[in-house]
Amino acid sequence: MIVRIMGEGQFEVDEEVAKGLNQLDEQSAQALEAGDRERLAELLERMAEAVRTNGARLPDEDLSPSEGIVPPPDLSLEEARELFEGEGLIPDLPSA
Amino acid sequence: MAGLMSRASLVVKAKFSKLLDRAEDPGETLDYSYEKQLELLQNVKRGIADVVTAKKRLELQETQLQQSVVKLDSQAREAVAAGREDLARQALERKSGLQQQLQTLDEQAKGLEQQQEKLVASEKALSAKVEAFRTQKETIKAQYSAAEAQVRIGEAATGIGEQMADTGLAIQRAKDKTEQMQARASAIDELTTSGALEDFTSDQTQLDRELGAIASKSQVDKELEQMKSELGSGEEKKEIGQ
Repeated sequence: MIVRIMGEGQFEVDEEVAKGLNQLDEQSAQALEAGDRERLAELLERMAEAVRTNGARLPDEDLSPSEGIVPPPDLSLEEARELFEGEGLIPDLPSA
Repeated sequence: MAGLMSRASLVVKAKFSKLLDRAEDPGETLDYSYEKQLELLQNVKRGIADVVTAKKRLELQETQLQQSVVKLDSQAREAVAAGREDLARQALERKSGLQQQLQTLDEQAKGLEQQQEKLVASEKALSAKVEAFRTQKETIKAQYSAAEAQVRIGEAATGIGEQMADTGLAIQRAKDKTEQMQARASAIDELTTSGALEDFTSDQTQLDRELGAIASKSQVDKELEQMKSELGSGEEKKEIGQ
């Protein structure tokens, strides 16, 4: 499946890697819920690293959508809240 | 509770579909999306230029602070030579404050450098995708019926939408960093002019401040002793000569 690391690009990863990612992903969600900034940062970095090391980078001109997006590993708790509430962190795209 | 990866995906898709909802027929959707991509490319280029400007300002300020450090150091020496330990201490205290600022500026410069790299990488990826999208949109317009086109547009638009959201975030983060840096740079300018260097530490905790003060004081004491001993031998000679 195709995974994007936000701020870095897209990678194709196999099922095994995807499985590992999903586990880390669940733990990340728990860390965010618990407001554990350090744990969240560590898990996001582990996810990004797993994708970087085991995935094949897609060329920049590829227009395939990703199945999952790994938030930027240096995401702060505040930014995470903004991101998942859908406001603030990702600015609205240029509007008419 | 859904994992963060799918939640982030949903947020990005929602941002982008909002943008596409504005256009009515497929051809229009493609052209409209392309227009927005070009706008975003302009924005990211401007973002890079802003970071470069901010970095230049930082560098200029670093040079000024370094000159002040040298000047304060020689003033302290003069003060010691003149037997004015109080003035020497003042100069060394200011010097120590400036050195702390220099360190912060250095960290900020590194932060800006990172933002710049991210922006440049993001611009490169977006450029490549925009070009691919441009080619694809003409193919889609020419070869597919409205129903088929809708599906293909959806795919291409989602793929590029993710990159647009990514680039948008990179621009936003760089902007925040640049603004923080500018606010601090203005504060330093102001404080350097008014000479109220103690206030530089106002964003630290009380403990940080006290620890900083202790470290700074012992550094000042050490330097003062060193200067006195260097010059002291001269004074002794003078006494012997009298």
